[in-house]
Amino acid sequence: MSWGDVVAILQGAVTTLTLSAIGILLGLPIGLGLALIRWSRLPLASPLVAVYVSLLRATPLVTLLLLLFFALPNVGIPVGPIEAGVISLTMNTSAFNCEVWRAALMDFPKDQLEAAQSMGMRRGLRFRRIVLPQLVKVSLPGLINEMSLLIKVTPVLAVVGVVDVTRAAVRIGAESYEPLPPFFVAIAIYLPIVFALVSLQRFVERRHAGGAFA
Amino acid sequence: MHDFGVVWGQRGLLFSGLANTVVLSVVSAVCALALGALLAPLLMARAKAPAFAARSFVDAMRCTPFLLFAYIVYYGLPSLGINFDNWQAGLAALVLYNTAYMAEILRGAWAVQPVQPIEAAHAFGFSGFRLFRRIVLPPLLLSAGPVLGNQTIQIVKDSAFLTIIALPELTHAASSIQSRFYVPFAAFISAVLLYWLLCLVVEAGVAAVGRMAEARR
Repeated sequence: MSWGDVVAILQGAVTTLTLSAIGILLGLPIGLGLALIRWSRLPLASPLVAVYVSLLRATPLVTLLLLLFFALPNVGIPVGPIEAGVISLTMNTSAFNCEVWRAALMDFPKDQLEAAQSMGMRRGLRFRRIVLPQLVKVSLPGLINEMSLLIKVTPVLAVVGVVDVTRAAVRIGAESYEPLPPFFVAIAIYLPIVFALVSLQRFVERRHAGGAFA
Repeated sequence: MHDFGVVWGQRGLLFSGLANTVVLSVVSAVCALALGALLAPLLMARAKAPAFAARSFVDAMRCTPFLLFAYIVYYGLPSLGINFDNWQAGLAALVLYNTAYMAEILRGAWAVQPVQPIEAAHAFGFSGFRLFRRIVLPPLLLSAGPVLGNQTIQIVKDSAFLTIIALPELTHAASSIQSRFYVPFAAFISAVLLYWLLCLVVEAGVAAVGRMAEARR
C-alpha cells in the first residue's frame, strides 16, 4: 500500500463526512418536525408519522438504500448513488431523532406552557422562547448518540457505488491483494470520529446531571 | 400490483432469506449474550490488566462500523491464514461485534444493581462463578431486558449488511429477486415489511419479559 492509496482513502473520508454532515443537518429539523406532529396529535398526520417512524427504525439502512436506489428511477425520479445515499441517511436518522425529540417533549413540564400562555405568549413565541431551549438541552445526549450511530452505518453507501472510505479501501485491497492494511486505515479514520462523538455525549450527559444537582 | 405478484411467485426465495436472517440473528444474539456475560465481569474486574484489555476491546468495537468489521473478518483474515466460508465469517463477525455491546449493556445494568443480595449470597457461602450465575445474572437479565431487546433488533439490522459477503439473508434474497425480474419497489418493500414484522416480534418478546420481571418484584 502506497501513500497514494492512503490519500485515496482520505479523499473517500471527505465524501463520507460530507454526506454524514448533510444527513445530520437535514435529519435534526425533520426529526423535530415529525416529533411536533406526534406531540400536537394532528389527526391523520400523527398516526402516519408513528407508522413511518416504527417502520424506518426497523429497516436496515442497506435495504432502504437499495430500495431508493433502484425504485426511485422506476417512478421517474432520477437518483444517483449520492442522492440515494443522502435521502436514505436522512430518512433513517430523522426517524431516530424523532423519538429522541418526542421523549423530551413528553417530559416537558406543562405548568411552564400554561405560565407562558397566561403571560399572553402566542404559540410560536412560546415554542421558540420556552420549549425549544430546554428541549435542545434535554435531547442533546440522545441526538449526539444518534449522530455516532449514523457515522457508523455510512460504509453502507459503498454498496451502491458511492466512493467513500470503505469503497476506496475495498478497491485498494482488491488491487494489491492485501486487504488488511487499507481496512485498518479505514478503521483508523472512523475510530477517532466515533470516539469523539461518544466522549462528547458522555461529557454533555455529565454536565447535565451535574446541573440537576447543583 | 403486478410486481407484487412476481415477488409472491418468488416467495420461496424470500422466505428462505427470512429464515436465514432469523437463524443468523437468533444464534448471534444468544452467543453474543453468553460471551458478553463472560466479558462483563472482566470489565468490572479490580485487576488492571484484564479490565484494560476488556475495556479496549469493547471500546474498539463500539467505535468501528459493523460493515468494515465484517469486511475485515471475511476478506482480511484469510490473508493471515484463517479461512472462512461466508456463513462462518458472517456469524463470527456478528457474534464478536455484538459481544462487546452485550457486555457493555450488562455492565451498565450491573453497576446499578443493589449490593445487598450479593452480600447475603456471600454470607451463604456463594462465590465465584456460582455467585455470578445464581445471584447476579438473573436480576441483571430481567432489568436489562429492554436494552437487550434493542440490541437484538440491532443484530437483525446488522445481519442485512452481510449481503455484501453474499450471505443469502433477507436483503440478499430481495436483491436477487429485483435483479432477476426488475421489480425493485415490490421486492425491497416486501423485505422492509418482513424486517418490520421481525422487530415487532422482538418488541412483543421484550414486553413479555418486562411483565415477567414485574410479576417477580
